[in-house]
Amino acid sequence: MSKKKTERRDFLFTATAAVGAVGVGATVWPMIDQMNPDASVKALASTEVDVSSMNPGKTITVLWRGKPVFIRRRTPEEIDEARAVKLGDLKHPEKDEDRAKNPEWLVMLGVCTHLGCVPLDQKGDYNGWFCPCHGSHYDISGRIRKGPAPTNMEIPKYEFVNANTIKIG
Amino acid sequence: MKKFLKLFFYIFFLISFSPQVYAAEKVEYLTTDWSFKGLFGKFDRAALQRGYHVYTEVCSSCHSMKYLSYRNLSQKGGPEFTEAEAKAIAASFEVTDGPNSDGDMFTRPGKLSDKFVMPYDNMKAAQAANGGAYPPDMSVLVKARGGGVDYIYSLLQGYEDPPAGVTLDDGVYYNKYMYGNKIKMANQLSDGLIEYSDGTKATVEQMSKDVTTFLMWAAEPHLESRHKMGFKAIVYLIILTVLVYFSMKRIWSRIETKV
Amino acid sequence: MSDHEYTPKSNFGKWFNDRLPLLTLANHLTDYPTPKNLNYWWTFGGILTFCLVTQIVTGLVLAMHYIAHADMAFDSVEHIMRDVNYGWLIRYIHANGASMFFLAVYIHIFRSLFYGSYKAPREIIWIIGIIIYLLMMAAAFMGYVLPWGQMSFWGATVITNLFSAIPLVGEGIVTWLWGGYSVDNPTLTRFFTLHYLIPFLILGLVVLHIWALHVPGNNNPIGIDVKKPSKDTVPFHPYIVIKDAFALLMFMIVFAFFVFYTPNILGHADNYIEANPLVTPAHIVPEWYLLPFYAILRSVPDKLMGVIAMLSAIFILAALPWLDTSKIRSAVFRPLYRQFYWILVADVLILGYVGAMPAEGLYLLIARVATAYYFLHFLVILPILGFKERTLPIPLSITEPVLGGSSNLAAARDDIRLDKLK
Repeated sequence: MSKKKTERRDFLFTATAAVGAVGVGATVWPMIDQMNPDASVKALASTEVDVSSMNPGKTITVLWRGKPVFIRRRTPEEIDEARAVKLGDLKHPEKDEDRAKNPEWLVMLGVCTHLGCVPLDQKGDYNGWFCPCHGSHYDISGRIRKGPAPTNMEIPKYEFVNANTIKIG
Repeated sequence: MKKFLKLFFYIFFLISFSPQVYAAEKVEYLTTDWSFKGLFGKFDRAALQRGYHVYTEVCSSCHSMKYLSYRNLSQKGGPEFTEAEAKAIAASFEVTDGPNSDGDMFTRPGKLSDKFVMPYDNMKAAQAANGGAYPPDMSVLVKARGGGVDYIYSLLQGYEDPPAGVTLDDGVYYNKYMYGNKIKMANQLSDGLIEYSDGTKATVEQMSKDVTTFLMWAAEPHLESRHKMGFKAIVYLIILTVLVYFSMKRIWSRIETKV
Repeated sequence: MSDHEYTPKSNFGKWFNDRLPLLTLANHLTDYPTPKNLNYWWTFGGILTFCLVTQIVTGLVLAMHYIAHADMAFDSVEHIMRDVNYGWLIRYIHANGASMFFLAVYIHIFRSLFYGSYKAPREIIWIIGIIIYLLMMAAAFMGYVLPWGQMSFWGATVITNLFSAIPLVGEGIVTWLWGGYSVDNPTLTRFFTLHYLIPFLILGLVVLHIWALHVPGNNNPIGIDVKKPSKDTVPFHPYIVIKDAFALLMFMIVFAFFVFYTPNILGHADNYIEANPLVTPAHIVPEWYLLPFYAILRSVPDKLMGVIAMLSAIFILAALPWLDTSKIRSAVFRPLYRQFYWILVADVLILGYVGAMPAEGLYLLIARVATAYYFLHFLVILPILGFKERTLPIPLSITEPVLGGSSNLAAARDDIRLDKLK
């Protein structure tokens, strides 16, 4: 056979294989995407919490997107303690002012940044939270002070809808 | 190749044979120019919005739509109310939520993520309020009836006086498209019953068409993307089939046998 | 298996292959000598493999979202249809895929009947095929129960009640199948478990089916034994692979048309009504692919005999290699058998049609005649035909099919593609 004919043949086979591969890819995508959050999960992205009955020194835990969110109404002493910490002492330096916009209220995801357990309230060496799984100590601003966790506990997006209601998400 | 076409003719024959098998009832349904039929069929947005209007004003006092959420009203391929409109619609309904921290249920304005509010708490309550007949949930009603959209469209316009010799019990009505002709739902539609915000004249025919379109969307909310994706998929398959056909011819040309 | 020994080229390949001969297997599969005169009816084996894989993959995905509970099954299916990303697409592929699977398997079975592929030395392939077919019906039936619609519920009730026909222990077996006194949540969860299991059993049997096929090699339209490898065969890859791919794509176009444009036409409207144990739908109709057997069941006025007749209609197929006494495989050279073959095809189609109709009056009469003929075909006509029929002379090889003269060619013309003589 002539050389020209060979080239044409190769092109045909390459084109067929390429078009076929595109189709396989397009078919695989729905099978992968189906495992992403579905429309009803996405729609439930925010939760409103009534905090009117909370006194200073009290923590409540609410469920948001299947995870616990700690809401603590901090006492003045706790606020002072949290704000007095020097950034240099922190493993993951963050100012308390940035974590709690309204100093009285700390709203954070109650999930240890080590491997996802829920830390215990008012435990540990720093008067904050302590994760029983692998011994991470968090202070009263939810910042990691001691133990294997790499970062501070996460602050979700939230806002005060009014003086008594916090909307998370 | 000729042989192969013949083969596919057989397959089509077999297939077209089977659905006809199910066409048992022989009532001629009314029909209209449904915009969502055909390979490129799409919903008429205005009709969907009007249809939702008819549903809330008329049907929803008895019929639930438990699989729909208010967020669906603004989703692509649906009535496509703006998100603000959908929020306002949701907020106009009282939704029971709870229990709150005291353990009590409470009501609040609806949110986008809420399901459509149900007219009755449960099936028994619905039956009790409707003389023993359960007004069916409308979420998938179009797919749950053999005649589909034409059946619903016809039924809504099919009320007549019973022919001589047919006696009806209290709370039973005559409808020429209903299976067995006896229906427990009274005629709900009358000309000018509601006022459409877009100025369309609310005739019985118009309302029937609009609400049926709405129900079709409710039963098949992804119909538009299905049609779009289907067209792409089939065009793609045809292109690949042609390529594979010529590749096959090339490969088999190495030996004498025809393929 | 392959007639030649295979040695991998690379050292690692040799090392690996000595320990696990995967490369030998791969080489066997690509080089597998296939008769070169196979027509398109032979592509349905590959198409069926595609159908099985499609059902397993889409089924796995659906099982991630489906909830096998009587209170939530229907809701979870609607959740899949509305909210899960591409859920509607995956469910419609799975639901229509079942129909496409049966369509392909019926073509596959009738191809085998026409060309005598069930005859020696291929009886085991055939019997494994019948077992696969039975398992397919079980899987399809249980799958149809899962959406927990009206047809699911009442279909399950009717089919499980078939077992009550068994004398003495029947009622006990039905209660055991249900896990209660009616079809209910325990029934649903066990059906889901079995529906999930059976496809993998089928997959295993498919491996055996293909293994058994690769021992004698493929039958072919002429039905004569083919020396392999020879000038009568081509290697499976690329010749058969590309041809199967072409046929598969044509099949997928039909498949796609159903999925995207008429996804519910093969289903029944009543299955979009949630299961209600207090109300039976006006017509209980199984899925189209079970209709012929349903017709046989209903054509017998006695409960036990009806069930026996229906089961016999399937099991009789397993005895087919011995019921058909003819030495000639292909119907191409059996002019009389060919006519009876087409009568049988028509008979099964008629059974399918009356299976969907009410069991009364003329329909019942037709169903009875068609049922009787079905058994007559296998039990009387086939055994006698093998002795009485005057067959046409068969060629010695695929490449030289005209040994018996021109009359032979004329008979073969319509059914097989012949090579031109050089």
